[in-house]
Amino acid sequence: MEKQDTNIAGICSPAIGEAGKTGDWSDLKPVIDHTKCIPSSKNKAACFLCWLYCPDGVVSMSIPVRINLDYCKGCGICAEECPPNAIRMVRKVECDDE
Amino acid sequence: MSDVRIITGNEAASLAVKLVKPHVIAAYPITPQTSLSEKLSTYVESGELRAEYVRVEGEHSALTVCISASTVGARVFTATSANGLLYMHEQIHWAAGSRLPIVMCCVNRGVGAPWSIFNDQQDSFSQRDAGWIQMYCRNNQEIIDTIIQAYRIAESVYIPVMVCYDGFVLSHTMMPVEIPEESTVREYLPPYKPHTEISPEHPRTVNPVFFPWRRENAEGVLCDGYMEMRYKLQAALLDSAPVIERASDEFARLFGRDHGGMIWEYLTEDADILLTGMGSIAAETTVAVDALRKEGIKAGAVGIRVFRPFPISEVRNAFARAKMIVVFEKCVSYGFTGGMSTDLKSALYGSEVKAPVHNYISGIGGRDVKARELSEAVASSIEMMERGDRDNKTFWLNCHTG
Ligand code: SF4
Ligand code: SF4
Repeated sequence: MEKQDTNIAGICSPAIGEAGKTGDWSDLKPVIDHTKCIPSSKNKAACFLCWLYCPDGVVSMSIPVRINLDYCKGCGICAEECPPNAIRMVRKVECDDE
Repeated sequence: MSDVRIITGNEAASLAVKLVKPHVIAAYPITPQTSLSEKLSTYVESGELRAEYVRVEGEHSALTVCISASTVGARVFTATSANGLLYMHEQIHWAAGSRLPIVMCCVNRGVGAPWSIFNDQQDSFSQRDAGWIQMYCRNNQEIIDTIIQAYRIAESVYIPVMVCYDGFVLSHTMMPVEIPEESTVREYLPPYKPHTEISPEHPRTVNPVFFPWRRENAEGVLCDGYMEMRYKLQAALLDSAPVIERASDEFARLFGRDHGGMIWEYLTEDADILLTGMGSIAAETTVAVDALRKEGIKAGAVGIRVFRPFPISEVRNAFARAKMIVVFEKCVSYGFTGGMSTDLKSALYGSEVKAPVHNYISGIGGRDVKARELSEAVASSIEMMERGDRDNKTFWLNCHTG
């Protein structure tokens, strides 16, 4: 028999991606140019400002830097903060009139 | 020796709060609630009450503070009136949906516009469908006793409770009140046991987006969807009636005062004509009943003490023998009839009770309601019934529109 959660309110143990894959909702996605990105191009654990500022914690502090697009909401903060402008926000779905 | 003092309704409420010892109080002063929040801040400031008094910039924040504190396991209190209550509205739903046992006094006042500071019950009535338990008090003794009971009820069923009492009519009127013994309150009210634990060892998400479907958590346990959560609240509210009755009975046993459970009755045994209402106007109907009895009319009164959950089976029993039901109320379901009578009529639908329900909207915005006016209204309703007019009717009592 399946185990049923006994909570009486929405204050419960977390699921993976509590609200589903929220990345589905985003309009823009960050694309990293690794030739500009400091850790990727210098092969040094440095900078990682995108990791620091991402409000959703979906950037990994790795070389190369990776962004989990399943949960990235496309806010563009990482692109705004990136010192060498290595992150570009691109539209995920082209609108008909574009 | 019990301590009897002559105090206002707001002071009675403040003494009740002092006795239940909440950990956190957050309230924004609004007439006619102001002297209640002032008294509480005085107790905290003087050290008489060891609680955190959070000074907020508005009622939305007041209830938000209570929601947050209650979520992490604190016993909390807030109070408001009229537009302040409406300003809380979003959080009123949030508190109930989170199943937090918050106790709040609503010192009933007319809602603007036009602006009013005087009493009617439109404010709490308009929060009827938010998922809170609503209890209405007749006098200052009932205010102090109901607040103590409210904590016991809220913390048993995990539903917030609104303790409503009429602004100025009770909040600013003095009457003798017996102050309960602190040790007996301790015996009656165990410490709050939260249904949720927030700690680094047990991480919890607090009300994230709930989808229409159910979903598995990280351990593969099936969790409710939005609809299941709302159903659970509704079921808990409907099931809370016996808990409320038990809380009243246990209170009567320990403190020696019985204010009724879901409803209360006055001279109903042989009554043909039953007057009903909520709060201080219901107390006034008992005076009208006495006057009607002197004229040989077999009248009685049934007070609605708990408006949500609505006392369906109780009113069906209480009105079973009635030939006529006369509702006096201080609120309106705009575009329909008086607020309480709409609920009463729907509770009686399909039952044996076939008596016409006459509805008098009265005392709106603090207009005085005299027992004499109530008994005259009942007499004219009886005349109508005797003429064979059996319709359910709504009248505005003492309203002069020319
Ligand atoms: S776009 Fe926003 S959410 Fe996505 S990785 Fe950048 S900062 Fe994080
Ligand atoms: S902020 Fe820009 S440069 Fe720094 S790690 Fe992120 S992508 Fe690379």
